[in-house]
Amino acid sequence: MLEPLELDTATLLEGIPHPAMIVDMNYRVCGMNRLIEAMTGYLEQDVLGIHGELVIRSNTGNNHGQLFKKVIKMGELISVTGDVLDAHRHKVAVQYTISPLKNTHSELCAFLIIAEDISAHMIDGGIDLQFENSQEIIGYSPKMQAVLDLVPLLAQTDASVMITGETGTGKDKIAEIIHKNSSRSRYPFIKINCGALPPGLLESELFGHVKGAFTGATRDKPGMLKLAHRGTVFLTEIGDMPLPLQIKLLSFLDDREFIPVGGEKKLSVDVRVIAATHKPLREQIQKNEFREDLFYRLHVLHIHLPPLREREGDLQYLCDHFLQNFTKALGKNIAGITATAMKQLLEYHYPGNIRELKNIIEYAANVCRKKNVTVDHLPQYLSTVSQEHSLNANAQSLPQKTTQKTEPPTQERPVVHHAKETWQDIERQMIIDALKQCSGNRTKTAETLKWGRMKLWRKMKLYGLQN
Amino acid sequence: MRKILITTQQDFVAPRFDLATELLIAIVKDGEIIDKPKTIIMERPSEEELCQIIIGEHVTEIVCGGLDEVHYNFLLWKKIKVFDSIIGDWETVLTRSIDQTIESHTVIFPKNDKQLSL
Repeated sequence: MLEPLELDTATLLEGIPHPAMIVDMNYRVCGMNRLIEAMTGYLEQDVLGIHGELVIRSNTGNNHGQLFKKVIKMGELISVTGDVLDAHRHKVAVQYTISPLKNTHSELCAFLIIAEDISAHMIDGGIDLQFENSQEIIGYSPKMQAVLDLVPLLAQTDASVMITGETGTGKDKIAEIIHKNSSRSRYPFIKINCGALPPGLLESELFGHVKGAFTGATRDKPGMLKLAHRGTVFLTEIGDMPLPLQIKLLSFLDDREFIPVGGEKKLSVDVRVIAATHKPLREQIQKNEFREDLFYRLHVLHIHLPPLREREGDLQYLCDHFLQNFTKALGKNIAGITATAMKQLLEYHYPGNIRELKNIIEYAANVCRKKNVTVDHLPQYLSTVSQEHSLNANAQSLPQKTTQKTEPPTQERPVVHHAKETWQDIERQMIIDALKQCSGNRTKTAETLKWGRMKLWRKMKLYGLQN
Repeated sequence: MRKILITTQQDFVAPRFDLATELLIAIVKDGEIIDKPKTIIMERPSEEELCQIIIGEHVTEIVCGGLDEVHYNFLLWKKIKVFDSIIGDWETVLTRSIDQTIESHTVIFPKNDKQLSL
């Protein structure tokens, strides 16, 4: 059996990279590290035995030891934001964390206070600088600017957020940015895809289970909600969540408490919920596929991400960004996209939005062996769809009589068909084309594709092309 | 004649000027307190209101805990002596202030026989 550690608190405190102090059960200073000495201007030996709050001078509502009492009551750490007055008479924004310290008999014996300086992340009003400088989202169109203006505001509140938008518009990215810029950023951001798991498993993933709750539950498992304590849970594809689970989620959102699967004891967690869906939830409510009360509970704050076709001007920036990334990753020397290729890219309407654009550019970067990406390097379906579009446009511009006589081209069918074409399909076709070109010679094919023979073999095996 | 104001919180000097709601004003003449010190309870903590009281009461010396730079400079500009970052029980602090043996960053340990509350 391991011997309990006998620690020297002074060395422990010095190992903490933030201002930290230990106070006893009467909230009197037992130890301080140098960083807190520098922050408060008091030396440890001068204030040992003094009430910790007199030394640290925070505005966290702990003047009478209220936070210490809360820690005793809850038995777990508390973290709040506020400021402390430093030795230079400046108010320093801090993340103020009080952790309970227990002795070898598991009895609470002291408190560890950490006052992490977060002023570098803050500007007036508490908005994070990081967001202002963020290059994570490219969006200069008015619609996208409106979204980006809203994000810092949403990050400052704790209310539930609903993100809607077509597939591939960047809902996950926005959720992550909201979390990163919120006061919860130091705690976990956990993403759960509500459509990817069967109902039973999803419940267990979300709320956790206790040992013996069902066959195979051999140990207690904390759910994502518990793991995300003090952080953010991102429920993507919320529209696909099964109805019985929607009730449990609603109950959790109301009380911030839940019972794990098979458990008896209620668990209380502090979690912010961000939900996203590409489905029209109001229509789902009418079809009784989504609970109205849950919809209103989640729909406190709302962001709608515009589809790429409505983001005029952004497409070129995105193309340049993706091309630069893929060129670098592939070690190629592609300077840009020719005007005709760009015209074709601009004419396409991207049902798969940014995800689809990214795939197209990845394809082009892979296929292109010249200095600039031309029309020939773009997936073939782009030109087909463009032609369909122009045909359609012509047909619509003709008088009614004429259009009735001619067979109207169907706009939807080919688009839907091509939209489903994945990068895997494209890559498979690329290998077939190269094999045909090299009369089945694999060494030449690998050279043509600028791959090693091993990679070609793996890809052929993956796509079932070995025979 | 000197007029000393101490921001207090129960038995102690309040840890922060901006969060103090209890004020103690003592008038000192020839090293002796005249009358009983006056206590003012503010409705809510406010640095601005506190400064107005200080000016309105013609206070000559402030003894307080943490004080931010803006208000420190304001009080100095108003020719008020400021002793800030003081830790200690207000009774001892008041005695030391009267004796003029206090300065900023003074830490006074409470006497062992005293049961003080914060």
